[in-house]
Amino acid sequence: MAMDDTVRNSILAAVPSLRAFAISLCGNVDRADDLVQETMLRAIANIDSFQPGTNMSAWLFTILRNHFRSEYRKRRREVEDSDGHYADSLKSQPEQHGHIEFAEFRKALGFLPADQREALILVGASGFSYEEAANICGCAVGTIKSRVNRARTRLAEMLNVNGADDFGPDEQTRAVMAGGGE
Amino acid sequence: MNDREKPVGQQKPMETPAAHGKKSDVKPAKLGREVQARLGQQLRAMYDDVLNQGVPDRFADLIKRLDVNGNKDKQ
Repeated sequence: MAMDDTVRNSILAAVPSLRAFAISLCGNVDRADDLVQETMLRAIANIDSFQPGTNMSAWLFTILRNHFRSEYRKRRREVEDSDGHYADSLKSQPEQHGHIEFAEFRKALGFLPADQREALILVGASGFSYEEAANICGCAVGTIKSRVNRARTRLAEMLNVNGADDFGPDEQTRAVMAGGGE
Repeated sequence: MNDREKPVGQQKPMETPAAHGKKSDVKPAKLGREVQARLGQQLRAMYDDVLNQGVPDRFADLIKRLDVNGNKDKQ
């Protein structure tokens, strides 16, 4: 398959979600961008192994994920000094959601085991089905499901949101909206 | 191939109140819908912040460069 416009455009179109995935995985924008760049290079070098008509995005995610995993093994020791970089990248648009809560969430996400984190992101944010996520991670669908469940449970524990009471006004508002009004 | 990885954060674990048995009638495997929805919202908010940044120039340039190098007949 030649490197035609369609391929180029679909790779480029996948860049924002690849970056979002990479940043969620490694918590560091610079490193994430390097991952994305390496993913693009690999994708293009191996474009012949892409099956036209299949999901380009899922294919790219697979490449990125595998690359991250192999890199990760190499630098197991130097991971996670995410706070500074990621926070900086968000300074442009901090006000939309409670910033502190948000920072805590990111931190908690960083404490999850890698396999749980990637499963949760793929299913919960990237919009892949359990089946697609299983393909990307090279494991069974049931494994993805249980990783997602464990990830949610651990996050809830770390963020101390085990019960509805912990939600505060936000949740009350939602309850009011759900229950009342005509 | 997909062996279990160690958690990324090998630093001190965050406090996990539930682990201390602080009145945990919550079953670990079963979260309420609200909790799941809330976690999902935060996850997507984080993700969408990056999506909204679009395609940085770096990557648009890269694709152009690769096209020139890899597809010479097209210049």
